[in-house]
Amino acid sequence: MAELERLALHDLHLELGARMVPFAGHEMPVQYAAGVMKEHLHVRAAAGLFDVSHMGQVRLLGAGAAEALERLVPADILGLREGRQRYGLFTAASGGILDDLMIARRPEDLFLVVNAARKEHDVAHLRAAMSGHVRVEVVTDRALLALQGPAAETALARLVPAVTSLRFMDVTQTGWEGVELWISRSGYTGEDGFEISVPEAVAERLARTLLSMDEVAPIGLGARDSLRLEAGMPLYGHDITEETSPVEADLAWSIQKVRRKGGAREGGFPGAERILRELEEGPKRRRTGILPEGRAPMREGTPLFAAAEDETPVGTITSGGFAPSLGRPVAMGYVPTPMAAPDTPVYGEVRGKRLPARTAQLPFHKPNYKR
Amino acid sequence: MRYTEEHEWLRTEEDGTVTVGITKHAAEQLGDIVFIDLPEEGQTVAKGDEVAVIESVKAASDILAPVDGEIVEVNEALSDNPAMVNEDPLGEGWFFRMRVDDPTALADFMTEDEYKAFIG
Repeated sequence: MAELERLALHDLHLELGARMVPFAGHEMPVQYAAGVMKEHLHVRAAAGLFDVSHMGQVRLLGAGAAEALERLVPADILGLREGRQRYGLFTAASGGILDDLMIARRPEDLFLVVNAARKEHDVAHLRAAMSGHVRVEVVTDRALLALQGPAAETALARLVPAVTSLRFMDVTQTGWEGVELWISRSGYTGEDGFEISVPEAVAERLARTLLSMDEVAPIGLGARDSLRLEAGMPLYGHDITEETSPVEADLAWSIQKVRRKGGAREGGFPGAERILRELEEGPKRRRTGILPEGRAPMREGTPLFAAAEDETPVGTITSGGFAPSLGRPVAMGYVPTPMAAPDTPVYGEVRGKRLPARTAQLPFHKPNYKR
Repeated sequence: MRYTEEHEWLRTEEDGTVTVGITKHAAEQLGDIVFIDLPEEGQTVAKGDEVAVIESVKAASDILAPVDGEIVEVNEALSDNPAMVNEDPLGEGWFFRMRVDDPTALADFMTEDEYKAFIG
């Protein structure tokens, strides 16, 4: 196995009592002394600081970058205004999903944030598709921190007052103590908050300054997962893969009108034929929320049945666990489209027992974004 | 009190039955416990059988029968309040009580000092 990469903030994580685990080639804090449950609830009540420096930060530079990216991603990139960010998907020729990513339009570039486990794949994928004038630059000297929760704005505004003027999915480049921070008002928790790209040399100073504030606590990957599950957000490699299409994954909202059938720039991305057809006709199966009726969590891989006595499963749980904010287990998974209607009975097989559940609309936790 | 390498504690009661729970160390490692699947009372078990499952926020872990015997009582209170295992693992957070086929088998398990050395 390849050597695990250490984060710029590794020593700080240890000092904060983190339990470190290998994740996507990095040594990552899965939880701190408080534990997943308390960390999760703290983010919903105040503000949490996450180190997500394992994620890939990539710049696309040069004329024609937006046009080129539209050949890989079925989102409206040309129509993305400067200072704005958008969620997008790299699609496969099969119509499956190769990764999900954030795309920000800035004065000098398009700035992408991609999943840690897909970083190398995505960069190669981008380089293969970019023609002459467009450059793909991997950012290797910056950490990425996320500050999430209802008190995130108050906390960050003490250092960077300008963040109060950002709305959900706005991005800005702004100075702090002589360096440039790249800030977006977005995240992966269903809370208001920010993602902050910071030069590694000052990342620890920024993290310590934020952590010294009463509202802010360090939060590990464990709570990041339960927070995004409650927020109904898919996790690449689990809820979305090369086997799932954007329409099946209930991510059709990330394909703007201009790229759909009859739009000015219809299609022109990998898998367009299948994806545009599914947008018109509907998919055979769909990602939905699942609420187990009992207290037993239904984890990833749990087969789903239409009736307690059926032999053949109709679907599978792709993410599931305990939802601290709801005080009950929640899950998401794929079921045949007619069964995705909310409140449809479904059975999950857990340790040989068929346990009742119901489909439910996502998200489980309504987001508190500043729009 | 005796301890297993699976981080269970075994306490012989006055009536000769053995109460089983998990150690403080195990409860800390598991983190916040949110669900416990308990065995049936009257169930006959063999050493190493998976008799209970503990679900923490992060993952599920098995509890193995430490010895051969029969489950005579389970701690039903854990169904409604699984967090009791985190709060009081050696007391209110017990899992089940067993009638053991061979009481001398308990002598094979670790003493408190041995367990402390085991977990380092």
